[in-house]
Amino acid sequence: MNRRSRHTVDESRPIFVQIAEGIENDILSGVLAEETQVPSTNEFAAYYRINPATAGKGVNLLVDEGVLYKKRGIGMFVAEGSRATLAAKRREKFDSEFVRPLIAEAAKLGISRTELAELIRKEETS
Amino acid sequence: MTAVVEVSDLSKRFGQFTAIDRASFAIEENTIHGLLGRNGAGKTTLMQLMTGQDFASGGSIRLFGENPVENSRALSGVCFIKESQKYPEDFKAKHVLRSAPWFFPEWDAAYAERLVADFRLPLDRRIKKLSRGQLSAIGVIVGLASRAPLTFFDEPYLGLDAVARQIFYDRLLEDYASHPRTIVLSTHLIDEVSALLERVIVVDEGRIVIDSSAEDLRGSASIVAGPRATVDAFVDGRDVLHREQLGGLSSVTVARLSEAERSAAARAGLELAPVSLQQLIVRTTTSTSDKEWSQAS
Repeated sequence: MNRRSRHTVDESRPIFVQIAEGIENDILSGVLAEETQVPSTNEFAAYYRINPATAGKGVNLLVDEGVLYKKRGIGMFVAEGSRATLAAKRREKFDSEFVRPLIAEAAKLGISRTELAELIRKEETS
Repeated sequence: MTAVVEVSDLSKRFGQFTAIDRASFAIEENTIHGLLGRNGAGKTTLMQLMTGQDFASGGSIRLFGENPVENSRALSGVCFIKESQKYPEDFKAKHVLRSAPWFFPEWDAAYAERLVADFRLPLDRRIKKLSRGQLSAIGVIVGLASRAPLTFFDEPYLGLDAVARQIFYDRLLEDYASHPRTIVLSTHLIDEVSALLERVIVVDEGRIVIDSSAEDLRGSASIVAGPRATVDAFVDGRDVLHREQLGGLSSVTVARLSEAERSAAARAGLELAPVSLQQLIVRTTTSTSDKEWSQAS
């Protein structure tokens, strides 16, 4: 799955999914704290240069999942507890999306599991 | 969704040549549409028919619920920016902007003035002395500042440089957000505009070949690549949009794959790559003879 940059969208997947993922990433990294307001649909549209309806669809996806909620007449806010919920959701996929491809690539290059573990340890200390 | 234009079974023939072949589609209110297709596919003819500038050979068109031909009431809600707009001899850009309010009841002169500054358009020079890009800038400014309920942009940016095109896209999005209205953008620069579009209509040889939401199209096809025999086995019985071969390797574009199918492909050692809107449209509008040629080779 592509999570390379939250500042651009690409044409290969539905853009509303990418917008929703971008907001999720900002919540996970703490850029968007719980109970703070998220940018409006039109602000997202102008920033990413996308159709406002598409941006709205991305925001609504997160409203349906309870990550965002609407304050009438004010805008969208990050729901309390959403950071933990999102982290749990992402953790479920972490194995299949990151660990297994990593092991597969390492095997292709002849890097043993022990060497792989050593590489990760080095990253930690650097 | 309310339709501002409804086209059903529309045909247009010029002598022996069928320019539009039984086209049916709708233009939805307050939505940005892309009218896409190759040169000569029939995009401009469709727009001329929708704006009552030409007579249909068959079928019907409803513009704001009415027949558009010689219907000044329905047409007063329309702004059509043409690729090759002609202006009276000796006209200057300032004359175009000064006469625009006669044609467009919603004309915003202050906004037009800001756009003139954005595009650095010389107002006091005769139009025939302007560059191709400056000529296009006039069209873009009129199209935006007219704020017409239905605005057609037919290849609006011939000669506009990358900076000016970006200004156009940014202003279009901003103004659409603050003044929602129906926009039809006809272009072959699909990659540049596709993120702006909510609906996509693709014309090929006078026929409507795609009429879909842009988001449904994104991710609706994948490229499956790998050893020829493995790829062939995987795509057997599927709708193949395109096929390329290089030695023992094969790369095939197929319609939407489910999550289970994707992991099956990965397990079989095949690579999956996404297909952009532009690639998808290129695949869909490549003529049949080309397809046969590439399959035979």
